[in-house]
Amino acid sequence: MKKVMSAGIAGLLFGLGLTLSGMLDPARVLGFLDLAGGAWDPTLVFVLAGAVGMSAIGYGLVTKRSGPVYGERFDLPATREIDARLIGGAAMFGVGWGLVGYCPGPAIASIGFAGTSAAIFCLAMVGGMLIHRLLPGRIQTSAQ
Amino acid sequence: MIATYDPITALLGGALIGLAATMLLLFNGRVAGVAGIMDGAIAAPGPERDWRTAFLVGLIFAPVIFAFFGGTLPKPVLPPLPEVVIAGLLVGVGTTLGNGCTSGHGVCGLARLSPRSFAAVGTFVAAAVATVFLVRHAGG
Repeated sequence: MKKVMSAGIAGLLFGLGLTLSGMLDPARVLGFLDLAGGAWDPTLVFVLAGAVGMSAIGYGLVTKRSGPVYGERFDLPATREIDARLIGGAAMFGVGWGLVGYCPGPAIASIGFAGTSAAIFCLAMVGGMLIHRLLPGRIQTSAQ
Repeated sequence: MIATYDPITALLGGALIGLAATMLLLFNGRVAGVAGIMDGAIAAPGPERDWRTAFLVGLIFAPVIFAFFGGTLPKPVLPPLPEVVIAGLLVGVGTTLGNGCTSGHGVCGLARLSPRSFAAVGTFVAAAVATVFLVRHAGG
């Protein structure tokens, strides 16, 4: 139960961060990705800098502990290898991201207010995750 | 069309995302990658599903609560539905195949200096920039 509460609060904070930083507007994300448009929007760079900076400090402090508050050990991805799956998957994700301007976080955070199209995007995304489960030779790892 | 954004607010919003990621590692021992959390919420067994569902519920409620207290939310205009569906499918397959999205690789992975995440972020940003260029400037 405690694990569920802390995860819920983390999700709330995460969503508030996305909201305040303007990342719930796909037009702003596309404005960052559109290098040739003449009106480049640097917002995403600042958001990423704030998020990576804070996480780097936070992770550094937290991993000094022997484990999490609720649980035995930290569950951090241990894979080091850069392979075709990683690059191919990232490229597919990038094309989808560039088509609409939604990545998973902002898309899911938009379900409650942004209308039918945003919800349909999320359903298609879940559909894609289910399709991935049907692919042959799937390695038993999930996304970070 | 888009109001110029305050870089300080963007930095603070980003820091809040980093704080949420730190919290999830501190209390739950988990990486805050939204794609992975969503994927696990669909398929993971009982107790492993619960914390993921709670995270996603918090994520969905955050903007709604923000608006309840008088905040202004964007009114996104998305492309026609077939394009939305194709994009959603690509994001779903791509993030599970590539083990992460903008939060998993982009925030948590870069913060951990993971070489895989640097490679993934470089790839998905390049692919997204190329896609936007083709759609907006190559008559696509």
